[in-house]
Amino acid sequence: MEVKIKSMKHEDFKDNEYIDQLVQELNASGTNVVVGKLDQLINWGISNSLWPFCFGTSCCAIEFMCLGAARYDMARFGFEVARNSPRQADYIMCQGTITYRMAPALKRLYEQMAEPKYVIACGACTVSGGPFKNSYCVVKGIDEIIPVDVYLPGCPPRPEAMFYALMQLQRKIKVQKFFGGVNRKESRKKFFEKSSEK
Amino acid sequence: MFDFSVVTTWFNDLLTVSAGMPQWLATTIECVIVGALLLLGYTVLAMFYIMYERWVCAWFQCRRGPLRVGPWGSLQIFADVIKMLIKEVVDLWKTDNFLHKLAPYFVLIASVVVFACLPWGKGLQAIDFNIGVFFMTAVSSLGVVGILLAGWSSNSKYTLIGAMRSGAQMISYELSIGIAMLTIVCLAGTMSVTGLVEAQQNGWFIFTGHIPAIIAFIIYIIAATAETNRGPFDLPEAEHELTAGYHTEYSGIHFGFFYLAEYLNLFIVSGIASLLFLGGWMPLHVAGWDGFNAVMDYIPSTVWFLGKAILVSFIIIWFKWSFPRVRIDQMLALEWRYLMPIGLFNLVLMAIIVSMGWHFAG
Amino acid sequence: MCPEAQCDASGEFLLISVPDKQWHDLARMLKEELHFDYLTALVGVDWKEELGVMYYLTNTETQEMIHVKVATTDREQPRLHSVSDLWAVANYQEREVFDFYGIEFINHPDMRRFFLRNDWVGYPLRKDYDDDPAKNPLRLEDEENEDNTYRLVEDEQGNVTRIDGKVFGDEEYVVNVGPQHPSTHGVMRYRASIEGELVKKVDVVSGYIHRGIEKMCESLTYPQTLLYTERMDYMSAHINRHCLCLCIEKAMGLEVPHRAELIRMMMDELMRLSSHLLSYGCLTMDQGATTAFFYGFRERELIYDIFDKTCGARMSMSYLTIGGVKTDVHPDFIKDVRHACDVITKNLKEYHKLFTGNIIARNRMVGVGILGKDDAINYAITGPSGRASGHHCDVRKCHPYSLYNEVEFDEVMYETGDSMDRYMVRMKEMEESIKILRQCCDMLEQEGIEGEYIAKVPKLIKLPAGHWYQQVEGSRGAFGVYLESDGDPKPFQKPYRLHFQSPCFNLVGIVDLTCKDNLIADLITITASIDYVIPDIDR
Repeated sequence: MEVKIKSMKHEDFKDNEYIDQLVQELNASGTNVVVGKLDQLINWGISNSLWPFCFGTSCCAIEFMCLGAARYDMARFGFEVARNSPRQADYIMCQGTITYRMAPALKRLYEQMAEPKYVIACGACTVSGGPFKNSYCVVKGIDEIIPVDVYLPGCPPRPEAMFYALMQLQRKIKVQKFFGGVNRKESRKKFFEKSSEK
Repeated sequence: MFDFSVVTTWFNDLLTVSAGMPQWLATTIECVIVGALLLLGYTVLAMFYIMYERWVCAWFQCRRGPLRVGPWGSLQIFADVIKMLIKEVVDLWKTDNFLHKLAPYFVLIASVVVFACLPWGKGLQAIDFNIGVFFMTAVSSLGVVGILLAGWSSNSKYTLIGAMRSGAQMISYELSIGIAMLTIVCLAGTMSVTGLVEAQQNGWFIFTGHIPAIIAFIIYIIAATAETNRGPFDLPEAEHELTAGYHTEYSGIHFGFFYLAEYLNLFIVSGIASLLFLGGWMPLHVAGWDGFNAVMDYIPSTVWFLGKAILVSFIIIWFKWSFPRVRIDQMLALEWRYLMPIGLFNLVLMAIIVSMGWHFAG
Repeated sequence: MCPEAQCDASGEFLLISVPDKQWHDLARMLKEELHFDYLTALVGVDWKEELGVMYYLTNTETQEMIHVKVATTDREQPRLHSVSDLWAVANYQEREVFDFYGIEFINHPDMRRFFLRNDWVGYPLRKDYDDDPAKNPLRLEDEENEDNTYRLVEDEQGNVTRIDGKVFGDEEYVVNVGPQHPSTHGVMRYRASIEGELVKKVDVVSGYIHRGIEKMCESLTYPQTLLYTERMDYMSAHINRHCLCLCIEKAMGLEVPHRAELIRMMMDELMRLSSHLLSYGCLTMDQGATTAFFYGFRERELIYDIFDKTCGARMSMSYLTIGGVKTDVHPDFIKDVRHACDVITKNLKEYHKLFTGNIIARNRMVGVGILGKDDAINYAITGPSGRASGHHCDVRKCHPYSLYNEVEFDEVMYETGDSMDRYMVRMKEMEESIKILRQCCDMLEQEGIEGEYIAKVPKLIKLPAGHWYQQVEGSRGAFGVYLESDGDPKPFQKPYRLHFQSPCFNLVGIVDLTCKDNLIADLITITASIDYVIPDIDR
């Protein structure tokens, strides 16, 4: 099974092995036809209606605004309904450095979001700490705090790159299973258990 | 012009005469069918309105708007609805859970009930009784209870401020709406919805009612914008002050109800505007131009009504995307210092005009 | 007056060294008699054997600058006298120094940390700071509310006593705005005490994006430090970088080619245009006029394209470098700049039509958040916000740098200092920037398509021992760089102390002053019209 995104060919994406492997793993046990179709419908719905949570801490936020503005216009994909309340948003695109002081706030915002929720680490700072890796109070990658779905490098990433990251997220959503299959909540629980052990 | 009462009478006869059902059973069945149809229409219209606003706003902002999901983005809203339906409804700690869950239904029900009263076309109306307009204003006020409940029960300072603003705003502007309606009722001499539409047979009130009708129309549009909590009066959910206002803490379908009701309220106020000022489902008639009138009559009455409502909504959307938001004190000053006194004066003027018979023959 | 004060006129400005005991009296004299009423910069420095503060003062009448050094040898409990009663801007600046160096200021009204968590151990900018991550691990539990504060009060005999206090009383209704809030333009946090819709007091809690740039710079070579200037105020990336370049060049005694300086200046002005367009967009959006925001961004794309073509990036361009610029401009550069100037001039009219003349916008901005001229100077408010209050502070005019002497432009000044004026200054400054850009285009055309764009710079940059201060006019006010070198003979010399005096840091100081007794909605209007960039505050 191939994951299709409108107007983007499969070979135009990088990390295809990752998605293919994910598909294989998920389909290993076979799927019920009805449930499978329903899953597809739900995934189509979620992936085409990703409402962002405005979470900009620094430069990447300006590029994110450009993404919403006239030239790039993320409304074309139905992503434009930016919510300011975490309860109503679907994914959090973390734009900018997360410092030690901000880290609890980010974690809490993530916990306040309603399922299903996704995280894009946007920009070098959120991926690894970026240029501020050596600082005494910068989190070295937000995956120390919350589970990340898509990593988007760049300092700051161009709006085109942001679209690419969003499409990768769409692909990831399209292979997930709402009924059964990989239980996101389970894996998330594991993540937090692991991070609390650290 | 096609009269929909033919269909409804036929259906009633089918149940009572042909199928031999007792009257109470027939009425019950009819009620259920009408209710289901209304809910369907409600959802479809709300979905249409959400997309309508997104496209119009994109057009104002030199953007393309949704166009990737389905042809011209027409399936976008279905994706949104599916997403909204499966989204988790977050339970809050330390809140009155019952009230918290109840609030969206208040808002929703208030708008559904008003929605049911609208004159959809000739003979196509769920309820028609002699105080129709009065009933509409009465039940539409229920919505504010829902908003206050939502703000209060969320246990958050933002939602509380949003709800208090909303309470102040909706209660104030209801006065202006009432007065504007009263002006027209004064002109028409009836409160019945059908009566109002029939009275505009030969000319819509905005044309026949002289200057007072135009003033009333302007007051109504401003007050209706405020009543629906839309920009420039979107203080209760002022995004940049109160994150999302009274519905900050709502997620999933409960937020969806607020969202739907917001857009439906936009349709409802436009619908009432078209009923009061633009003749409801009545086609555009010009006295004496019989040929023209005949052509106009060919357009179905439902199209007339929807067309007018959508046109009025366009104006309200236009407000929202052009004006900055007003401040709470300015908003209240606008109502109590300007709109209401002008409205009252206007009502008196209308009464004088009607009693002297100066208005154009309707 | 101060017998123990030592004067040293060998540096770029007159340096006065004064012991702490006499500092407050000297400060009063400097301010009241000699009219040094504008505290340009306040830099904490750790000189190893002593801890101290450098005060840069400007006389707003003559634009003369001096600096004063006050230091203490006590490293265990360093204490200096506060000057926050003389220059209001010192309030937050001294809290910053306390945060970084642990110097407590006597008679300071509110001695709390400014950037770091309350439970932070140590003072990071001290040379002997222990950066063991075990001491300050990543904590995921929320910190306690920073309501507890204290003051050090000195009595007649010179005894210092500590008085504890609270920021907000128990009976106050405190609304938390931020750190994640749509209109704080980033991760700023206000705690506003409100009565109904009236704001009574605003407490600024900063540091949510404090990344320790100044500390990191101390472990990098000079060309490497340039990187961080663009990530502070990303809306004046070129300008900040320009400032650090100028400062290092001044210390090296390097002459920059005329063409390079011209290109730098054009980039600065393009950046200013882009920044003002953004602040127009944000101001309008914060007031609910979303469409105007999109119009501002439409024009910004033109400027981004110019940057993209010449520098290869839309933001964080890394284009300016020590001695000049990295590459020559793109062949289309002049054409593109002219085109952008024309388009923006045309569309500015549209902006005014859509927003400036709007009755709602006027009602919300005129007379809201008034900042008088005296307050503006006292709080060291510069840039468009300062000029809206009538503070003559345009560095391009007061202390001309680069080629600003060779171009003609006006310093836009307003009188009242309300939100409308601050907004209008930006709109008018865009016109001035376009004027400068057009003149620069002509100058660049005369120079020909190609030319010398970078001076000969040694591979390893070494500065003599000393300290320098350079300021430029950023998009939001006077941006200053304090650079101290210890003249280290090692091949990869690193700055001993690098301090960025950011304009936004001062801007946030007036939030409480201007928002008091205004409505919640006005808080948003005022902060939007002040227009700060959070990473610039926190650094």
